[in-house]
Amino acid sequence: MTDKSAAELIAVTKSYGQAIAVDGVSLRIPGNSYTCLLGPSGCGKSSTLRMIAGHESVSKGDILLGDKNITDLPPAGRGTAMMFQNYALFPHLSVADNVAFSLKMKGVEKQARLSEAMKLLELVDMAGFASRLPTQLSGGQQQRVALARALITNPSILLLDEPLSALDPFLRLRMRSELKRLQRELGISFIHVTHSQDEALSLADQIIVMNKGRIEQVGSAQDVFNKPQTQFVAQFMGGHNVMSDGHSHLAIRSDKIKVVRTKPEGGTGIQAVVREIEYLGTTFSVALNSAGNAASPHPISVTIPDTLFSQEPLEIGQTVFLDWRPDDAHRLAS
Amino acid sequence: MPLKRSFSNALAAWLMASPLAIVLALFLVLPIAMIVVVSFWGATEFSIYPAFKLDNYEFLLRSSVTYSVFLKTFMFTVISWALCLAIGFTVAYFLAFHIRTQTWQIVLFLVCTVPFLTSNIIRMISWVPFLGRNGIANQTLMSMGIIDEPLEWLLFSDFAVVLAFVHLYTLFMVVPIFNTMMRIDKSLLEAARDAGATGYQTLTNVILPLTKPGIMIGSIFVVTLVMGDFITVRFMSGSQSANVGRLISNDVALLRYPSAAATSVVLLITVLIVIGIMLRFVNIRKEL
Repeated sequence: MTDKSAAELIAVTKSYGQAIAVDGVSLRIPGNSYTCLLGPSGCGKSSTLRMIAGHESVSKGDILLGDKNITDLPPAGRGTAMMFQNYALFPHLSVADNVAFSLKMKGVEKQARLSEAMKLLELVDMAGFASRLPTQLSGGQQQRVALARALITNPSILLLDEPLSALDPFLRLRMRSELKRLQRELGISFIHVTHSQDEALSLADQIIVMNKGRIEQVGSAQDVFNKPQTQFVAQFMGGHNVMSDGHSHLAIRSDKIKVVRTKPEGGTGIQAVVREIEYLGTTFSVALNSAGNAASPHPISVTIPDTLFSQEPLEIGQTVFLDWRPDDAHRLAS
Repeated sequence: MPLKRSFSNALAAWLMASPLAIVLALFLVLPIAMIVVVSFWGATEFSIYPAFKLDNYEFLLRSSVTYSVFLKTFMFTVISWALCLAIGFTVAYFLAFHIRTQTWQIVLFLVCTVPFLTSNIIRMISWVPFLGRNGIANQTLMSMGIIDEPLEWLLFSDFAVVLAFVHLYTLFMVVPIFNTMMRIDKSLLEAARDAGATGYQTLTNVILPLTKPGIMIGSIFVVTLVMGDFITVRFMSGSQSANVGRLISNDVALLRYPSAAATSVVLLITVLIVIGIMLRFVNIRKEL
């Protein structure tokens, strides 16, 4: 039997006239999983989400949810629910009425729908605010209400469009762990669109990195971070240096590069000049310019644990050699 | 020091408020006060004289004509308001939610205002050749075989009056409703659809409640304009129908200023009560 909360996109394309927003995307969302669609703005991640939600028509391809083809179904008939970026709470309705909205549309009687709404509000810890208006709530509280409103439809998949981008950093961290907890407890799939690597890495069972309407890489958080397949993924995920060895590009994590004073034996090391040093608490981040050869057009970034750095401090302008284990250099598809 | 400072602050505040206060006092409060004063004056066939008597009001409130004319005024108001609302809401809804690009929204909105490039009177007169006994409307209907003889009630009738009111004042309904609708976040409509609302449910559960302030502002425009009007009723009814405005204008024409003033005061109070009742329903301060 197919898992109700498993979904599949088959060669899904979205075009607006000549412009192609999503270009033949195929992917599988496992049941009971947390998936992040990650990419820069304009990469097609939001369009993909909106097509799954049914708020955008699919130009070509099919979307399956469970064992149903939902490509042409209306949003409410799909078993999906969407949480909007700005929460889209109805400003004229109380918190309880907002949450009970979809039940009201179904014609559920007032008492029944309000008591159901209270259950959902308890789930997101907002039961005490049931009679408030959305404008009387903080951003984080509004988000919980939006979450409750989406979940009351009993969806197989919850779609979240940049849910954390409007929150301040502290609240973002808290909501992040809460989203993950909810996903585990409810046992449904979450698809979460974001442009933040941190968010995707910390939340996702599966990360889908998108660029220019196509999928660059699909994998677990560790896979995507440690084994980027393309230059784009390596650069977008951050923490990587992309270098050329003449034939192809290599990605090396900035914490896997060693800074040494003398040219190492074996000859992998390249000469570089220290340009900037930043203290980041537990680590130091050192930016270097490779001297002479054009191995890297960008400044090279090296992360050094603070204890190690304090033993042999570097100075700006100092000439050093960079060394890494061949295993850590990761060949990229060109 | 602090005392002097607060004094000059207070002075500045008074000075800043004074230009508007003076304008309002001169051109709003003073004329109304004068009308109220004159409404208690006495009148003979050929003169008016200062006095304080209740004769004007007594005559007004005892005459059955007053009540029938007020009733007629309310009838015009309610019918015109309902039609203006129905048409205005539909037009605004179409402009706000069915026209996708802002350029076209602005273009079509400006098209709505084109009739306002001519005066009220000309717009009324232009109905005459259309609605007259041998007008375009009658001729078309006859040539289509829908009627055998010209319809008499098209022009110089209550129908014509309401038609002119709706024509003249619908835009006053369109503008504020369109304005409030444009402020509705489009993602709210998607959220409603996501929650399974049909188009009609979205309209009644989301759009209508959020458009209330605009509807109320438009309604105040239309109600005050229709209740205060006299020329449209005279013109389009061919002097066969009367509203309160015509009552006043007749008194003025006969130089019975005290009587006209008394009627004006009663009309003013009536309109204020109507607006007061309307404001009980919706808080338009949110909108301003």
